[in-house]
Amino acid sequence: MTDCRKTDCQSIAAAVNAGASATVEVEAALARAEADSTNAIIRVYRDTALAAAKAVDARIAAGEQLPLAGVPVVLKDNMCYQDHPVTACSKILAGFTAPYQATAVTKLRDAGAVVIAAANMDEFAMGSSNETSCYGPVSNPVASDRIPGGSSGGSAASVAGGITPLALGSDTGGSIRQPASLCGCLGLKPTYGCVSRYGLLAFGSSLDQIGPFTTTVEDAALVLSVLAGHDKADSTSANRPAPKPGVADQGLAGKRVGWVPAHVEGLQSDVAEALERAKAKAVEAGAELVEISLPHEKYAVAVYYVVATGEASSNLSRYDGVHYGHRTEGAKDLDQVYSRSREEGFGAEVKRRIMLGTYVLSAGYYDAYYKKAMQVRSLICKDFATCFEQCDVILGPTSPTTAFKRGEKTSDPLQMYLSDVFTIAANLAGIPALSVPMGTDSQGLPIGLHLQAPQFADEALLAAAKALMA
Amino acid sequence: MALNEQTVRHVAHLARLDLSDDEVHAMTRELDAIVGYVEQLQEVDTTGVEAVANVAGLVNITRSDEPIEMLSHEQVLRNAPKANGEAFLVPKAVER
Repeated sequence: MTDCRKTDCQSIAAAVNAGASATVEVEAALARAEADSTNAIIRVYRDTALAAAKAVDARIAAGEQLPLAGVPVVLKDNMCYQDHPVTACSKILAGFTAPYQATAVTKLRDAGAVVIAAANMDEFAMGSSNETSCYGPVSNPVASDRIPGGSSGGSAASVAGGITPLALGSDTGGSIRQPASLCGCLGLKPTYGCVSRYGLLAFGSSLDQIGPFTTTVEDAALVLSVLAGHDKADSTSANRPAPKPGVADQGLAGKRVGWVPAHVEGLQSDVAEALERAKAKAVEAGAELVEISLPHEKYAVAVYYVVATGEASSNLSRYDGVHYGHRTEGAKDLDQVYSRSREEGFGAEVKRRIMLGTYVLSAGYYDAYYKKAMQVRSLICKDFATCFEQCDVILGPTSPTTAFKRGEKTSDPLQMYLSDVFTIAANLAGIPALSVPMGTDSQGLPIGLHLQAPQFADEALLAAAKALMA
Repeated sequence: MALNEQTVRHVAHLARLDLSDDEVHAMTRELDAIVGYVEQLQEVDTTGVEAVANVAGLVNITRSDEPIEMLSHEQVLRNAPKANGEAFLVPKAVER
């Protein structure tokens, strides 16, 4: 069976635009998805995928050229694909069929990409190890006893495991970048507002952003150029032109690369060494290294677990057992319909976060927690603004460790939350960030490095990544 | 401040979660640890710092008040656990 790790999106699109069959490409990807042994794929859309592939072949035959012609893609199971199920890997959405479609999905399909399956994820994107899914955990494609990261674990495993050259994920506190790092592929969280969130099942609306998992930087840029742009259906989407496809060469020549000494403390030694190698590589590529500090970054996890859970408790109030999804049997009154349907439908981590979010927003605690967190969030934004006067990109680790073992952190929610210590600040500040593969540790587990850039400098971010991966 | 079971039960009611006693015990312990961690925010001096509302700097996004195509009645009710073709069905909420 062909392994798509050797065939990136650009190559597939070029071949299909030149007359190769999208149907054959999609058929091969469907076979790989059906043979998946990592539990990355939870639902294969064989019939609609083949129909969509035939439609792409017909469009090419009619003379169209499409940027993602025939590219097979999997969607994280929190994006609406019209007339297909979407569950956020939660029992509360069992049996739900999307009556409308996410803008990101429409844009991919218009560009010639073919959705072949839904990818596993942590329930409602709440988790860092893909262990909270109602479909069970995902194995890291590199080591089956280890987690793939989360929450977009299935998307990362699909790309790193060679099932598809492209997957979409969503990133609220690191949910694209951390699994990309732990599985060994590239994961991009664009600037907040760059990609429409319409049709994405909401978690933390001021933090959520859709982005791609790919094997090359060029593919990430290509997909971002397709996904980005203003959408009337999402009033927080940015009204500015989408980044262009293609990635500039010499992306680090004459640039200032910031690094934070505090990031190295407590780092797994292999990860620290990979960071040193990357810094050396940046200098070789013509960059100047600049020591910077983000004094309020150490509060990012605390801020996040107030802001994200507060927003989540509000967003998830719509799951009430009345309008869609799971409904309890035999409720005596309306209140029982709500409280029992929710009790039965949500998993432990989702309930924990709804409870935390409800608590921090409740009367008497709002000022102490939510308002305080939003003030510290302002200070984190200011830290970045100051740093980006001194440097063009910030380089650091994506995750303090490589992939940990399944079950290792499930008994201690706080330890699990701290796996996102390096990725969360970018969501709080709305800046673009990505994780690039940077070798492996002594056990052969992938290491990823984290690059962050100012708001809407997504193109410069990708160019820096290309220079580091060269 | 330490979180107690009474507070957890009150918050569970606000969140409309019918938690079991076991869940209340576990949740009290876990939330107390997380809230304890979050307490570190109190050490930050935020005097005169504005609480950020939107990091992208957007203000007052408006649109023209024109009708657009929406989901049909049938599409909206298709996912309802209980419906009668016209409306969502719930247990009687008002005594007459």
